[in-house]
Amino acid sequence: MKLIQISIFLENKKGRLLEVCSLLGENKINLRALTVAESDNFGVLRLVVDKPQEATTILKAKGFVANLTEIVAVEVPDKPGGLAEVLRILSKHNINVEYMYGFLERASTRALLVFRFDNPDTAIEVLKANKIRVVGQKDMRAL
Amino acid sequence: MEVKYRDKKIETIDRGALKALQLKRLRETVRYALKTPFYKSRLKKSGIKSAADIRKLDDLNRIPFTTKDDLRECYPTGLLAVPMKDVIRLHTSSGTTGIPTVIYHTRGDIDVWTELLARSIVATGAGKEDIFQNMMSYGMFTGGLGLHYGAERVGMTVIPMGGGNTKRQVQLMKDFGTTVMHITPSYALHIYSKLEECGVSLKDLKLKKAYLGAEPYSENTRKKIESLYHIDAYNSYGLSEMNGPGVAFECVYKTGMHCWEDTYIIEVIDPKTCEPLPDEKEGELVLTNLTRRATPLLRYRTRDIACIYRGPCRCGRTHRRISRITGRTDDMLIVNGVNVYPSQIEAVIMRIPEVGTNYQIYLEKEGTLDKLVVKVEIYSKLFSGEISQIEALKSRIKDELRASIVINPVVELHEPGSLPVFEGKAKRVVDARAKL
Repeated sequence: MKLIQISIFLENKKGRLLEVCSLLGENKINLRALTVAESDNFGVLRLVVDKPQEATTILKAKGFVANLTEIVAVEVPDKPGGLAEVLRILSKHNINVEYMYGFLERASTRALLVFRFDNPDTAIEVLKANKIRVVGQKDMRAL
Repeated sequence: MEVKYRDKKIETIDRGALKALQLKRLRETVRYALKTPFYKSRLKKSGIKSAADIRKLDDLNRIPFTTKDDLRECYPTGLLAVPMKDVIRLHTSSGTTGIPTVIYHTRGDIDVWTELLARSIVATGAGKEDIFQNMMSYGMFTGGLGLHYGAERVGMTVIPMGGGNTKRQVQLMKDFGTTVMHITPSYALHIYSKLEECGVSLKDLKLKKAYLGAEPYSENTRKKIESLYHIDAYNSYGLSEMNGPGVAFECVYKTGMHCWEDTYIIEVIDPKTCEPLPDEKEGELVLTNLTRRATPLLRYRTRDIACIYRGPCRCGRTHRRISRITGRTDDMLIVNGVNVYPSQIEAVIMRIPEVGTNYQIYLEKEGTLDKLVVKVEIYSKLFSGEISQIEALKSRIKDELRASIVINPVVELHEPGSLPVFEGKAKRVVDARAKL
């Protein structure tokens, strides 16, 4: 049920993000979620795409510094307190969220969020046991 | 202009008598040098087996040059000419390859050095009524301690503040009415720019003089410092191998630095051919220390570029003057007064697996101070995808560099292939500071 996220090391240089996006576009790879963690002269771009392995091969061939990380995509009720409810469950089970960000589209009345956990397998078990939907790679293609 | 001497007899000594004194002292220095394993074998090869083989001053030419590499090879005791119990202090400096060099001093050596600085201070017209704020670093760096003892010997009121901490520097200058400061030119400009922030105006200060050293600077920079502070700024020259500051110093006329020739024999050579150069012609300074017993150094190649001025000085001193240092024969960088070799930086980068082998050293001015930026490419295979890894890597490079070069660099991480690649000899240093 885990998804794969691509992390790319990028210098803070004009047009660098554009290069990544056009490269993926040219290769018909669709972006599902994205966030940038930035520091003074560089940033780490995190992407969830429909074809992660293929995308990584293409990026690396173009000299990008990229690595794959396992993340979990969680459906959160799109209503006040929806996220808090999910976080409460995780906290109760001592599962730590390293970072999280949102998907670019919404699945009906539910918001889709990307979580990076210190222990993704336990997190998935806990979430499922609490009837919270975790989105797999297959579901994502259908999005 | 009033000219004051500390020791008029020696400072205005007739050139003939000065040369006789140099010969006598050179012989004595050779005698001590022959006690060291290094010079014993080195001088023997040149046919010098005892001090008596030095018959005239020109015999100096029979002595081979000593280089920084020689000092490194002799580390730690290959150039020690006296028993360690007679050594009262040592100063080391880190080398280009990580192998340090060391200079030992006996009580007598420190005394001569101190006296030269006292002489230099008096030559600028300062005296015991002055309040002396020493803004050069203490410790292994010879600039701080050297002037400190010289100023005490003159009887000045010494404020041993050391470098940095601008707010406190300004406070001390104001509270104690500092009249003379010993400072790098870049720091002098920096402090001026911070006066207002410190709530102090020029009229709160009693500053009269600045001794500027430890880094090369132009005549325009001197003029700027003088007009900003309304003071006289004097140029100072020295290097740790020759004790430290006090090798040459400007007098009140500020037309070049008098090299104290009773203690140093000064030569200027073409760094490529090693042939001697005439006065007024720029080349590498070669110095022989005539009085140091613990670590005698003969014909030491300083790698500093300067020239000897022709003609006497209006102050009456017969010791010849040298120009300011205009460059180096090696790739040594001077960053806010601290000597840095690119190879030291390279050595640090090369032992960190997460970075690639391509790097660049970029120097620029930030305000009036130097900023050293070390740009390195990250090594793709070791990228974990986490920003915390990159931040930790940056801190690690920074910490290791600081430990090696003593100054705080800015570390920038770049993508592989983004820094310039060189075929053949790489130009890894970009110095964007204004040229002299």
